[in-house]
Amino acid sequence: MTRARALVSLPASVRRGESFEVRTLVNHPMETGYRRDAGGALLPRDLVRRFACHYDGELVFAAELHAAVAANPYLAFHVRAVASGTLVFTWEGDNGFRHSESRALNVT
Amino acid sequence: MSPATQAMQRDDSQNPGMLWVAEGASLWSRPPSAGQHSCADCHGDAASLRGVAVRYPRFDARLGRPVALDERIAQCRARQGAARPAPESDEWLALQAFVSHQSRGLPVAPDDDPRLAPYRERGRQLWQQRIGALNLACTHCHDGLAGGRLGGSTIPQGHPTGYPIYRLEWQGLGSLQRRLRGCMSGVRADPAPYGAPDLVDLELFLMDRARGMAWETPAVRP
Repeated sequence: MTRARALVSLPASVRRGESFEVRTLVNHPMETGYRRDAGGALLPRDLVRRFACHYDGELVFAAELHAAVAANPYLAFHVRAVASGTLVFTWEGDNGFRHSESRALNVT
Repeated sequence: MSPATQAMQRDDSQNPGMLWVAEGASLWSRPPSAGQHSCADCHGDAASLRGVAVRYPRFDARLGRPVALDERIAQCRARQGAARPAPESDEWLALQAFVSHQSRGLPVAPDDDPRLAPYRERGRQLWQQRIGALNLACTHCHDGLAGGRLGGSTIPQGHPTGYPIYRLEWQGLGSLQRRLRGCMSGVRADPAPYGAPDLVDLELFLMDRARGMAWETPAVRP
């Protein structure tokens, strides 16, 4: 696709101290580097290598991704609500891939 | 379909097809070339196209033949200066997914235009026509053996209700024509080229066969 695109979903509001689920899905081919094209040439590796989620600047979740992960990787995880703030999601990978999304979190 | 695949389709935050729908939404309001109209300029809110996907293919009086939704989108964009999209290009699939997605939940309601009848009948014949080195017709597997197994996979009934679909095997979104071509090469036949009348006729027949079923785009399939 022409541009990196991601889907992020979190609850509209959460109570302080409660944990909530964050779901992320990023558009990426996750080419393993082991496959060959119709002509027999090796397809170059193109992976998302690292995902990170920062909650008001603090790292709350990170993951390293490898060749066995399917295209358009989906990651879901839980975060504990401390205060209203911003969640920043970053995907980094081969060939200078970098995509970032941010979402406001409303803590009541 | 396994419960896991169904759950993936039902939840928009897990369904990877929604990536293309989101891309289609942004293409909807962007003119294909400078100084021309975007989809939104003429059609307004995309919700106005609810019910379109469940009615296609329709008869195009100017071309004198039925056209499927993908073709209609390409023609409309060509009038606004867009180049002919490559089959299965992400941009084209994204617009198809976005337009089709508007009809999610509606029952399939094929157009009853009598001019479509001969093409639909031809589609029925293609469905029953043995092809390829394996000498199989669509009907042998998808009517006769649906629900059975082909290797590790369940043989589906062959309903076109969720296209473009996100297929786990493809690791991406693909059109009904891609799926039909896949079956054709599966029985060792020469697949009809993208946009071929055979594929549109088959789609006409399949939509009639699925009359009343709920629309699912973007569907997730194994």
